Amino acid sequence: MSALGVVRGRVWAFGDDVDTDVMAPWSVITRPFEERRSQVLHTRPEFARDVRPGDLIVAGRNWGCGSSREQAPENLQLLGVGAVLAESFGRIYFRNAIAIAFPNLVCPGIAAGVRDGDELEVDLDAATVHNLRTGTVLRAQPYTAEMAEIIRAGGLLEVLRRRFGGDDGLGVRLRR
Amino acid sequence: MAERVLARTSGRARVAAGEYVTASPDVLMCHEALTMCASQLRRVGVEHLAHPERVHVVLDHFFPAPTAAAARDHVRARRLVEQYGITNFWGHAGICHQVLVEHAAVRPGQLVVGTDSHSSTYGAVGAAGAGIGVTEMTYALATGELWFQVPPTVRVELVGTGGPALMAKDLVLALAGAHGTDVAQYAAIEFGGPVATAMSIAGRMTMANMGAELGAKFACFPADDRTVEYLRDAGAADIEPFGAEPGARYARAITLDTTGLAPHVACPHNPGNVRPVTEVAGTAVHQAFLGSCTNARLEDFAVAAAVLTGRRVHPRVRFVVTPASQRTFLDAVRAGYVATLVEAGAHITASGCGACPGGHQGLLGPGEVCVSSTNRNCVGRMGSTDSSVYRGSPAVVAAAAVAGELIDPRELWTGSTL
Repeated sequence: MSALGVVRGRVWAFGDDVDTDVMAPWSVITRPFEERRSQVLHTRPEFARDVRPGDLIVAGRNWGCGSSREQAPENLQLLGVGAVLAESFGRIYFRNAIAIAFPNLVCPGIAAGVRDGDELEVDLDAATVHNLRTGTVLRAQPYTAEMAEIIRAGGLLEVLRRRFGGDDGLGVRLRR
Repeated sequence: MAERVLARTSGRARVAAGEYVTASPDVLMCHEALTMCASQLRRVGVEHLAHPERVHVVLDHFFPAPTAAAARDHVRARRLVEQYGITNFWGHAGICHQVLVEHAAVRPGQLVVGTDSHSSTYGAVGAAGAGIGVTEMTYALATGELWFQVPPTVRVELVGTGGPALMAKDLVLALAGAHGTDVAQYAAIEFGGPVATAMSIAGRMTMANMGAELGAKFACFPADDRTVEYLRDAGAADIEPFGAEPGARYARAITLDTTGLAPHVACPHNPGNVRPVTEVAGTAVHQAFLGSCTNARLEDFAVAAAVLTGRRVHPRVRFVVTPASQRTFLDAVRAGYVATLVEAGAHITASGCGACPGGHQGLLGPGEVCVSSTNRNCVGRMGSTDSSVYRGSPAVVAAAAVAGELIDPRELWTGSTL
C-alpha cells in the first residue's frame, strides 16, 4: 500500500469560517482556472499573488463552510497548495477535497500555535504536524482507511477510470 | 432517522454513528452541474448512468440565462438529459429543492444527494438530503452508489409559543447565534418538539435548508400527518409517516424556547453573526431581497404582502422578489400577493436562484447594504466585495423595504407563521 507521503512547506494562516464563496467567487466560477486564479481567497489578495507550490494553509474552525462548489478545494489544489490543516472543516468541502485527492487534515490546536510564514512538515500517513520554527509536534486526525484509499487512487475519477476503463490520459485504455 | 435511512440504502439491518457505508441514493438531484458531471463521465469512459430514473435535473442557478455562455450550457444540459434518458427533467420550474418537494419527487425516508449545499432542505419531508460536489455526483451517477460516514445525530427540540412577527427563519438564526454555525458539524440534525409539529412544511423547509448553515449533513423533521397530507396534495399516493425509531439515542440535545423570541438577523459577513434585529435597527438598506430556496415560498409571499398592504416601498430601496418556483409565483398571483407587492413598488423577477449566490437579477454595488431572506452573507456573496448582507425572515425583509432601514417588523406586522 503506497503512502500518502510527507509535505513540507510555508504557512499561510487563516481564521475561522472561511467560506467556499471566498475561495471560488460566483462571478468567475464557470471560467477557466487562469481567470479564477486572482480571485481565490480574495479577502486576502496577496495570497493568490504570492502563493507558491508546496505552501500550506493553516486555518481555524469551519474552513470551507458554505456552498458545495468543488472549485473551492480545486482552486487551492491548482495553485499548488500542499495541504490544509484546520481545527475543523465544512463537510462538503472536506468530502470534495477527498474526491479530488487534495490533502486536508483536521488538526486540533493548530490555529493557536502557527503563524504566517512558519515552516511545517506534515506526515499525511502518521498524521503528525511538525512546526520547524517552534519545534512542536501536533497530532492531526488521520484519514480513515476509506478516505486514504480514495486519495491514494488519485481521487474518485481515477477510481471510476479503473472501473470503467476510460482513457488514462496517456491514450491507453485501462482494463475494467 | 439518518441511521434508518443509511441502513436501508446500504442493505444493512442497522448502522451506527461513525460507521462507513456504501449507500445507493434514492434521488440524485443535479442543477447546471450536470454538464460538468457529463464531461467527467466522458473522460472516465462512462456512457450510461447507473439509474437514470433516479436522476432529477433542474436548471435554476443560471435561469433565465444571464449570458450567452450560460445559454450554451443550458443547450448542452438539455441534450444530455435526452442522451442519458433522464425523464425527471424539471426544466426551469424554479429552484431545485422547491421544485422537487412541491412535486412530491422526494419521499419520507429517502436518501437524496444533490449538487447543491442546501440539499438538506429535503429533510423537511422526512428525507435525508445531503449536498455533494461535482466529482462525487459523477461517481454516484456512474455507479449508483456513494460512501457515507453514518453521522451522529443532534436532537433540536423546539418548544414554546409563537410571538408577533416570528417565523421559522428566526428560530434557525437564533440557533446559529446561540450555538455557532458548526453546532452540527459532520452530524445530522433531527428537529422535534411541539413547535416543530405545529410548523408548516414551508417553515420546515426553511429550517432544514439552513441546516447546511449549522454544519449538518442532514437536517430532518419527522414525516408526520402534515407531511403525508402535503405530499398527497402534491400528487403522491402511498405516503407513510417516517421518523426515528422509538428510544433512538442522540449525541447531543439542544432545546430552543421560542417564547418571547425577537425577530433575528445575521449581520455581515457571517451566517453566525446573529443578533436580535432591534440591536441593528436604523441600519440603512439599499436593497431588500425576498428570494432563494430558504424563504421565497407562498407563506413568505403572504407575510410580505401583509406587511406591505397599504404601504409603499421606501424610495431609496429596491425591493427585489424572486419566487422559489413557477408554481409559487402562480399561487401568489392567484392569492393577490403579487398585486399587493407590485402596487407597493416591488420588482418581481423570474423564479430561480437569482441574486442569492451573486448570480443575476439584483446584485449589489460598492457600499450597498441588502436585507435578504437568503442563507449566506459572506463577503461579496451578492455582488460587490464592498457590499453587505443582513439576513432575516421575510417579515424582517419586507419591513425594512418599507422603512428604508432595518426595523423591528413587529412595528408593522403582529402575525406569526409559527
